[in-house]
Amino acid sequence: MAKITIDNLRHSYLSQPSRDEDYALKRVHLDWADGGAYALLGPSGCGKTTLLNLISGLLPPSEGKILFDGRDVTHDTPEKRNIAQVFQFPVIYDTMTVYDNLAFPLRNRGVDEADIKTRVETIADMLELTSTLKKRASGLTADGKQKISLGRGLVRSDVNVIMFDEPLTVIDPHLKWQLRSKLKELQQRIKRTMIYVTHDQTEALTFADQVVVMNNGEVVQTGTPIELFDKPRHTFVGHFIGSPGMNFLPCDVRDGKAMVGGQAIVAGNAKAAGKGKLELGIRPEFVTFSKSGLAADVVKVADIGRVRVVETKLASGHSVKLIVPEGDDIPTGKVHVSFAPAHTHVYENSWLAGDTSRAAS
Amino acid sequence: MNKIQNNKAWFFVIPVFILVAFNALVPLMTVVNYSIQETFGNNEFFWAGSTWFSDILKSDRFHDALGRSLVFTAIVLAIEIPLGLGIALCMPKKGPWVSVCLILMALPLLIPWNVVGSMWNIMALPDVGLLGRTVNALGIDYNYTRQPFSAWVTLILMDVWHWTSLVTLLCYAGLVSIPDAYYQAAKIDGAKPLAVFRFIQLPKLKHVLTIAVLLRFMDSFMIYTEVVVLTGGGPGNSTTFLSIDLVKYALGQFDLGHAAAMSLIYFLIILFMSWLFYTLMMREETSP
Amino acid sequence: MSKRYIVPLLYILFLMLPIYWLISMSLRTTNEILDTTQFSFFPRNITLDSYKTIFTDPTWYGAYINSITYVAINTVLSILVALPAAYAFSRYRFLGDKHLFFWLLSNRMAPPAVFVLPFVNLYSAVGLFDTPWAVALAHTLFNVPLAVWILEGFMSGVPKELDETAYVDGYSFPYFFVRIFIPTISAGIGVAAFFCFMFSWVEMLLAKNLTSVAAKPIVAAMTKTASTSGYELGLLAAAGVLTLIPGALVVYFVRNHIAKGFALGRV
Repeated sequence: MAKITIDNLRHSYLSQPSRDEDYALKRVHLDWADGGAYALLGPSGCGKTTLLNLISGLLPPSEGKILFDGRDVTHDTPEKRNIAQVFQFPVIYDTMTVYDNLAFPLRNRGVDEADIKTRVETIADMLELTSTLKKRASGLTADGKQKISLGRGLVRSDVNVIMFDEPLTVIDPHLKWQLRSKLKELQQRIKRTMIYVTHDQTEALTFADQVVVMNNGEVVQTGTPIELFDKPRHTFVGHFIGSPGMNFLPCDVRDGKAMVGGQAIVAGNAKAAGKGKLELGIRPEFVTFSKSGLAADVVKVADIGRVRVVETKLASGHSVKLIVPEGDDIPTGKVHVSFAPAHTHVYENSWLAGDTSRAAS
Repeated sequence: MNKIQNNKAWFFVIPVFILVAFNALVPLMTVVNYSIQETFGNNEFFWAGSTWFSDILKSDRFHDALGRSLVFTAIVLAIEIPLGLGIALCMPKKGPWVSVCLILMALPLLIPWNVVGSMWNIMALPDVGLLGRTVNALGIDYNYTRQPFSAWVTLILMDVWHWTSLVTLLCYAGLVSIPDAYYQAAKIDGAKPLAVFRFIQLPKLKHVLTIAVLLRFMDSFMIYTEVVVLTGGGPGNSTTFLSIDLVKYALGQFDLGHAAAMSLIYFLIILFMSWLFYTLMMREETSP
Repeated sequence: MSKRYIVPLLYILFLMLPIYWLISMSLRTTNEILDTTQFSFFPRNITLDSYKTIFTDPTWYGAYINSITYVAINTVLSILVALPAAYAFSRYRFLGDKHLFFWLLSNRMAPPAVFVLPFVNLYSAVGLFDTPWAVALAHTLFNVPLAVWILEGFMSGVPKELDETAYVDGYSFPYFFVRIFIPTISAGIGVAAFFCFMFSWVEMLLAKNLTSVAAKPIVAAMTKTASTSGYELGLLAAAGVLTLIPGALVVYFVRNHIAKGFALGRV
């Protein structure tokens, strides 16, 4: 188990990078405590897999340092770093039994058979694989095979960190939830540092204590799931997290108040706004129908199960979405929408206005 | 893919069926005819039953030819499969040189078989050939036209030169299709290169290796042109393999009965082996 | 550069050596070749006489034309009949389909030696002896199963939804097959054509015995020379060098598709 520090890491896949765009990872600085559950969340191509491979040692970085417990491991191979990785598709040794698969990393390190037996049996029990130990690994289902991949990582007691690269990709939908819960349960039980890379916000928000949201090779925000939801530091986080994402409306700030379509809206950080491009952000969960507020027309109602998403259009043509819980009435035609002040934020040039510590954590 | 059951699909298959049946069934019937009958010309045939078959099966000539073919095939497989695999393992996974290498390696496969024989003929001539002259200069008495051992060595060398690339190309295609993640996982598990070969590469190459062994077995067992051009089956009949012996019977001696019987036995051996390999391969594909 | 790259390099060197020797022999005069006292790796006097002979003597260049003719006929014919058959195997199940497929494949395994005498009789009987058609048709015995096998593999990679969409859109089957389906599997056709070309171009036993004078292919013309005497080694070498060219050209053109064909394992 280890505390991980990522120090000014930059990576380019090109041999002679010159501009910013040549870098897959622009500048990352992260500090992760021991034994925590972390997620790297972001859309495809944002650099999360690159970052993962840099941490695991499968890729040497162009610039920057990686430290495990203060020790510089930047140029160490994966074996020396003592990490484990679970890939997008199950990577198992087809010709071996489940037992031999789990024992493989230990045998390669010269551990004696009696110890191996204990470790393998403990892990198999944790992962509910005990009944399959004698079977050929190739005969298991996809989720069973992913468990074996995970097991190979858990079986080594000296593992510093376990990384997951979108591990539920090939798992059947109805089994995803099961495996996800199992992973979370395991993490809380054995308290090893785990880093989970995904583009699925549900997986990230349910697994991790701390989520690192990435976009375009940069860390956009780090925080707990609640922090990300309540106070997105960047419009990207607002869009990406939450279903549907945050509403953004262009606005001005006059006399310390945010103005949308000529009307004043209360926003906590309006005073901190400067001269850049300004937007007002509010999550659909915090928009309600009211007697006063912005004038809008109800355009569409979508029933997504427990709640309904109502899309309204303002006079300016911008759309505002609301979440209306089951049972509440939905007015039709012309309405007024109002925003909960505590959850309304002004964004300047896509970043939260007045946010002093920008990017990373 | 979920296929639809529809017997009208036969219409699509009829051209192929007619073409192949014309070429396969008609000659085969002729061969069967000749194999159980005897003729003294004038289109008169007499029933001979299994005479030709028992003649062939008992003859030393057949046993010798069969033995030579089996030995040749065994040696050639034992060299070409590991060699081809080894070369494929040493090739880079990607890069600008890869296509150049693959094209150069493919060249021997596209040379008419008689040219292959002629090429090695010219190479191996003891007095004017590059190989022949060099070997003799080293003090080894080498003359493939007179010495059975030298003839065998030259033939094997020629076949290795000719066909190893097939194994290499097949194995290379199989190797590059192994996802990187397997090698990464092995690194993380601390596996040594030998373990990577044994537990990742070899199992994933099972399918292409089966095809390679199957093809090389068949083609080396049926070899004709290259041998005929290089040694003519000699010196004596030290390199007379089954095909060569058969053509001698059929076109040389016009011994139709023996030729036909031998053809059937020969074909049956190969059919049996191909059924064996086909079943093995299909079993591999359906196993989990 | 990794040290193990030396292995493929050495292997390629080994492959190129006999080819180099052939080329070098083709550029030497007969006197130089036969003069055993003066052996050298490089030709001392380069001469194009052997090549001149081949390009001016009709028996020689005619032989090349004959070969190319039957190889072309065979490739086109094999692909044409294989396309519908492969489509049937790929999309439908029908009575006896598995057995038919295996029977087809087993013909690829047939030793040509077994067929040489019956083919001579057969093609004489239908009056095609000593024409490129005899060789082209005889070769289909081996090439058609191969073409069907390769094409079926590529076709199975195209989802049936494509066919269904075309029907829904109102296209007739011939239009769909020619204008929509075939372009999708063009790589497969390239691979199949390559292998058909390869097997037909290299084969000698049947090509030689099914022809005599009018349709004599290069493989027969060369073997005649080889058995005559050592005098014509340079000529033989030149003829050999020229046979390398079609093969090299074809592999260059389909080099990208070959990887796919091998990867499917359908050689």
